[in-house]
Formats: sequence, C-alpha cells, structure tokens
Amino acid sequence: MEELQDTFPRLLLHHARVRPTHPATREKDLGIWQTWTWGDVAAEVRALACGLAAQGFKRGMHLAIIGDNRPRLYWSMCAAQALGGIPVPMYQDAPAADIVFVLNDAEIAYAIVEDQEQVDKMLEVQSQVPTLAHIYFDNDRGLRNYHTVTSYERLLELGREFDAAHPSFYAGAIAQGAADDIAIMLYTSGTTGKPKGVCQTHHALISAARGGIEFDHLTAGESILSYLPMAWVGDNLFSYAQAMVAGFTINCPESGDTVMTDLREIGPTYYFAPPRVFENLLTQVMIRMEDASAIKRGLFHHFMAVARRSGAEILDGKAVGLGDRIQYALGNVLVYGPLRNVLGMSRIRVAYTAGAAIGPDLFRFYRSIGINLKQLYGQTETCAYVCLQPDGGVRLDTVGVPAPNVEVKIGDNGEVLVRGPMLLKEYYKRPDATAESIDADGYFRTGDAGFFDDAGQLKIIDRSKDVGKLANGSMYAPNYIENKLKFFPHIKEAVVFGANRDGVCAFINIDIGSVGNWAERRGIAYSGYADLAQKPEVRQLLRECVEKVNAELAAEHGVADSQVRRFLILHKELDPDDDELTRTRKVRRGFVAEKYAVLVDALFSGKKVEHIETLVRLEDGRTNMVAADLVLEDATTYPPTGKLAA
Amino acid sequence: MSIAARRIGDVILKLDNISLAFGGVKALTDISFDVREHEVRAIIGPNGAGKSSMLNVINGVYRPQHGTINFRGKERRDMDTHEAAENGIARTFQNIALFRGMSVLDNVMTGRNLRMKASFIEQAIWVGRARREELENRRRVEEVIDFLEIQHIRKTPVGRLPYGLQKRVELARALAAEPSMLLLDEPMAGMNVEEKQDMCRFVLDVNEQYGTTIVLIEHDMGVVMDISDRVVVLDYGKKIADGTPAEIRANQAVIDAYLGVAH
Repeated sequence: MEELQDTFPRLLLHHARVRPTHPATREKDLGIWQTWTWGDVAAEVRALACGLAAQGFKRGMHLAIIGDNRPRLYWSMCAAQALGGIPVPMYQDAPAADIVFVLNDAEIAYAIVEDQEQVDKMLEVQSQVPTLAHIYFDNDRGLRNYHTVTSYERLLELGREFDAAHPSFYAGAIAQGAADDIAIMLYTSGTTGKPKGVCQTHHALISAARGGIEFDHLTAGESILSYLPMAWVGDNLFSYAQAMVAGFTINCPESGDTVMTDLREIGPTYYFAPPRVFENLLTQVMIRMEDASAIKRGLFHHFMAVARRSGAEILDGKAVGLGDRIQYALGNVLVYGPLRNVLGMSRIRVAYTAGAAIGPDLFRFYRSIGINLKQLYGQTETCAYVCLQPDGGVRLDTVGVPAPNVEVKIGDNGEVLVRGPMLLKEYYKRPDATAESIDADGYFRTGDAGFFDDAGQLKIIDRSKDVGKLANGSMYAPNYIENKLKFFPHIKEAVVFGANRDGVCAFINIDIGSVGNWAERRGIAYSGYADLAQKPEVRQLLRECVEKVNAELAAEHGVADSQVRRFLILHKELDPDDDELTRTRKVRRGFVAEKYAVLVDALFSGKKVEHIETLVRLEDGRTNMVAADLVLEDATTYPPTGKLAA
Repeated sequence: MSIAARRIGDVILKLDNISLAFGGVKALTDISFDVREHEVRAIIGPNGAGKSSMLNVINGVYRPQHGTINFRGKERRDMDTHEAAENGIARTFQNIALFRGMSVLDNVMTGRNLRMKASFIEQAIWVGRARREELENRRRVEEVIDFLEIQHIRKTPVGRLPYGLQKRVELARALAAEPSMLLLDEPMAGMNVEEKQDMCRFVLDVNEQYGTTIVLIEHDMGVVMDISDRVVVLDYGKKIADGTPAEIRANQAVIDAYLGVAH
C-alpha cells in the first residue's frame, strides 16, 4: 500500500522511515550546535502529542505557541497536528493586550510558550481569557516556583507514560487526520480592523511547499536558518512546510541577537529575508569598508564596479566580454568570495526577499556578488505562494511569474486576483470576511493593484485601496513614492500624504545607524534621535534625497505631479508599540495621519515650524510624553520630462 | 512569589565586633551581623559609610584589627583571599575589573581558574586531564553565558562593550567560579532603568536557580527594598540598623542618616 503523505504528521513519519539519521533540526545551545535527526524528532513529537492527549487536548482544539524560533515550538506544532488540533503561533513581542484578543478569538485552552517572559504574559492575561487553563514552558529559567504552569519535560514524561499505556493511540490519531483538516491558524496583522484568523489546511500548505520545492529544485540537502517570527506565514512555509515536505534541515539561532553569527556558522543553502535585513547587512558592510585601510577600500570599490557592470549578467548566464569575465573571476577570489563568506552566504543557492519593495542598488549589489537573490509575492491567505521569479528571469520591479498550479488574473479595477490549492479555507468565525475576500469563481482578492508586464511577470504598484488621485486628477500611489524614498539608506521609514490634495508632502524617519555614522564622520554632535533628526545638516542631507526622488518622478510617465513638495523629519521612530506600524512593520497610514494631523495640516498650509507633543509607549508598558519643534522643509520639484513608463 | 517560596537556611557567615582602621581613620567600628544561607543580604549606607570596606573584610582584602569572622562554622581573625575563593566566595567590584583586551569568553573563563588542576605542560599539549578539564570548564562557562544572555558578545573584546554589559560580564566571571556566596559591590551603579531591571532579574535568578547566597551593596533604595531579604545599614563606619526591608524603611535612625537631622 502506498504511504500517504498528505498531512504533516504523516510526512514526519515518512522522513523518520526513509532518512532517520538525516539532521532535521539544529539549535545552537551552550555555544554548540545540537542536532536532532528525523528519527529523534519523530520520537519527540510522538511523546509530546501523547502528553497533550493525556492532558485532555482533543481534535479540533487550538494550541497557542509563543516564543522565538525554538525546535521544541516547531515540534509542538506537529504534535498538535498529529492529534488533529490546530496550532496558533503568535508574535512573541506582542504586548499582553494584543494577545488577549487572539487568545479569546481562538478560544485557546492550551498554550506552549518559550520562557518566563511569555509565561508571565500568559498569567497576566489569564483572568481575561476564561478558556486558558493549561500553560507549558520550554525554558525553566526563573520558573522554579511557578506552581500553576508545567514544564515541557514534564509534558514529555506524561506523554511517554500515556504512550506506554495506550500504544496504539498515536498511530490512530494520525490515521484520523485528513488532508483538508485545518493545519494551522495564522492571524493577519491587520493594517485595519481586528486581526483575522486565517485557516490553512494541510493540503494548501503542502501544495504550496511542493510547488516551491519543484520550482527551485530544492532537496533534502538544503539547510536554512529559521529566524523569522513563527507567527508569520513565510516562516511557516519555509521552516515548517517546505522542510517537512522536502526533508531538509532547519537551524534555530542561539538567540535573537546572535542571528548574524549563526548565519555565518551555518552557511544556509536556501535563505529568506525581508529587504530590511539585506539592507542592514549592506549598511554594516559599507560602514566597515569606510573604516578599512586605503588599499582594501580601493580594491573593494574597483571590483564592486566590475561586479555592477557584469556580475548580474554572469549570474544569469548572459554573454559578457572576456575582459570583464577575467576581472570578475579575480574579484571573486579577492572580494566577492570573502564578502559572501562574511555575510554567511557562501553556500546560498536560492535566496528570496519579499514583504516590501527592495531598492535597486541593494538588489543589484547582492546579485552582482553572485548571490541568487530573487523576489516572490504572496500573503498569509495564499500561504505566501503566488508568484516566484525564475532563475535567469529576475527583475527588480516585478515579483515573478505565477507559481506552479496558481492562477493569477487582473480584475477590472486593476486588483490582483489569485486562485489555486494554496488558498485559505476560511477566516475563523468570520464567514462575512471569507465571502468578501473570495469571489464566486473562487478567486481570492489580494487587495493589491498590479499588472503583467511584457515578459509575463507580475508587477505590484500599491495596495489598491491606497491608490488614489491628486486634486488635479492624476494618479497617486503613495507606496510607490515611499519606496523610492526608503531606498536611501538614510531614510528608514517614509509616509506620504496627497490623496485629493493639490500636492504631495512627506513624513520621514531617519535611519539612526546610517545618519548617525554620517554625522559622526562630519563631527556633528548630537544627544539622541530627536536631536539628530532636527540638525540643519541632516535636514539638508534629507532634502537632497527627496530632491533626487523628485527628479526620478519627474522623469517617469504619469507620476510627475506626485513629486514631494514639502517634508519634515519626525522626532521619533514610528513604532509598532505606538500602533503606528503593524507587527510586520508596515505603516498604518490612516492612524499616522490622524495622530499627527497637526503636522499634516502644517505641511499643507505652508508653515515653517510646528510644535508637537507625542505620547510614546516604552517597552515595559509605561508611557512618556515627547515634545519637539519640527522644522518643515521645502523641496525643489522638477518639470515633467516623462518619457519613461512608470 | 519567588522570594517567599525560597527556603532560607542557617547562618553561614557571622561577623563579630569587626573594627577596621587605616591609621587614624576608623573605617569600621565594632560591627556585628550575620548572613544566612540562600538569602539576599543588602548592605546600605551613605557615601563613606564603610560598605565596600565591609565586603573587603569578608573576602580577605582587608584585615580587621578587632573582631572575628565565622564562616561555615570555622572561626578566624581574618579571611585570606585565596581561602575565601576556595570556600566559594566570589565577588564583583564597584569599578569594573575585567581584562579589557580579552574576549568575554576568555574573561569569564578566568573565573574557572581555581578549578583548573592540570599542569602547565598538560595544558600546553592539551591531553588527558587538561582536555577533560577544558571541556568541562567551557561547558560551565557556556551555561553562565546562556544564563546571563550574553551569547551575542561571546567573542567581543570587553573594552568595546557598554558599561551595563561589562557589569554583566563581571557577574558572569564571578558566577563561573560556582560560588556559594556572591559579593556584589554596587552591581547597578551607573545603569539606566532597563539595565537595572535586567540586573535585578539576574541577581534574583542566580539566587533562586543556584541557591547562591548574595551579599550586595547598593545605593538604589528601590532595588534594595525589592530584592533583599534583610538589610544592614552602616553610617560613619557604625551599624545603625539591621532588619527586613519593612523594618529598615520605618527605622528613625536610618531616615535621619539618609535625610539628615536638625541639630
């Protein structure tokens, strides 16, 4: 009889049978990488599932999972699935108040959390979540005298006893599972309204994982670093679903602060990072190069110029002159190779980025030094699997071609619509939202505006609800402008305003690392973020950035009117703790406009200086008032030369 | 919750009538107090009250002219620094005393010095006992690094670290010696609120997890009242009060010492 591989627990059994000694999970603990084979993982998940069963966890129940990327938390997901339960991973840095909503919405009775910090959070909210009765923890540090919670080890012990008493239970529980059972529930971060629980089936996730594996020819030999939040759909696809389908190895970093060191030690072959991470890496390299000796710096700049000229073409296998080929080979030995090694990217075969637009310089940099960085497109509701860029067909401004088994079409209003096996089953307890997001033909409305280019690659312009018009009727796509601004390393975040107005104005957050370094080099003293942000030299620096963007916008067709006429540098960083960003660091445009209405008005009314007081929330939950006088800057705009297409 | 549930044992250190003078300066005059096993004992007092001198007497840096020290049932005139270390007393300093050019790992490793028995030759060629010891010591050091959450700076030279982290490294070195009693000289001085909170948590965790007895000097009254089981108050080298945080808070002599009195 052919072995079924249509649910995650069955996939785990499959790997434990065909590759029992192949490493499944690694974690750096006490300075040493510890390895668990597929055989070890299967045994551990079995004990854990039995432990949960012994504690009364039943088919259809939800299991909250909160913490950093720890092997035990990944195994907990599989253990819940083995019992027909549904894991609900949550963001580990979310404050208690945010967690209450999700715990109640999902009627959580069982939770497995990482450490004392998360246990304290659970105990704090327990009175507001009547269902929450069973809390288990992984790391016992500081928890010796907590009597109402249970350790993971104890749960395993209970499981082994239960298993010995009911030896056929585990196999029976897995046999009851079906491919269209819900495998996981992920809450969308929700730029508007309350979070919604997205229910994904085993079939959807496994289809998405299989498609991606086939597309990029991934094997059981891949090794990836699992460091992105477990509550995020991407981590679920790459670190869990694809690893379970292909049987490759996931590596959990020692702690959030050691990710870069761990990346270098592991040298993953397959890697995902949001543009922000690639950007930070590049900024660090550039700062260190500035401090390097003149010879090294000269060598670096010379060979980076060679790479810019021909590196990406060589990676794509296109024709390149012999001279450049020789130079590139030399550069590979002297600069690119060592650089890839320092970045921990020596072994990378496939690297993806998504979630936000990536800057042209950034994208070209990585590709030119021989890292196969590509873009993909997807959302929680589609298992992060809609479009992928094929090798040799990588472009900066597109997100790739529709992935295997996925149908993509553009709606009448320009909205991207998708259909395929990876679509969500439903939003939990929200039939209204489910009906609204999936049309009669089974297409999911992504809410993104986009179109297909000549090569059949999808290009995303903006959120379709954000695309508006200026007062004079010309198109206004705020994200498009913001992304151009954010491509400058000095600009961390930008928010533009202009819908139904007669021009565009912008809020800017400086990048303290990059601008701070710039100021240090020029001997500009500053006391902190707010002070640095208001230095006249910094305002001048930022004005130059804005004007460069204006020049680009003037040169493009149809967006010349969107040039940024006035801007200001905010006195504080936009922060998820102040509700200005979502947990995935997307700007909550409406909220920001409302909170800083006085500043928006000042920008459009032509004032030169405006006073603002803002309440900021500190990490420990206390609040603090920050006041500042912000200088409002004018930026030069250019007459349209518009021959390039937008 | 955690403090109440912890079991405090018998007296392990008893100081009787300790007097210490440097020439004509009387640093400590006739001081007696005790420390019980597993407790957090704070020594407080205004500047120059003799707090650091007191710690130095406990671990043998200073030799008092009068008085006796009874540690784990053995009575003596004064402590010897080596004897103190071998008996499981470790300390940190008010002014950080680390090897600035060495990595965090190497600095913490020096805390294992007393546990290294292999000879110089054995260590040089790394065989047999030296190898076993090194592995065991490294494992123990890694546990401390994990405990104090300093994995990310394991290989960083100490001189490049901010102050708060250096303090944490110093605590790590003291912990690496697996002390039964830890003397902390102003562990939170110069720290911001967040760093202080972290440090308090580490001190309490050490106390709870390893049962380590802690004697600490601290200026921050909030910290002292929150984490100590008993507090002894010094002023001008004399003991003016001794008791639980609640008793100390209500003690008129202490209030006078800190706020001054009208004469």
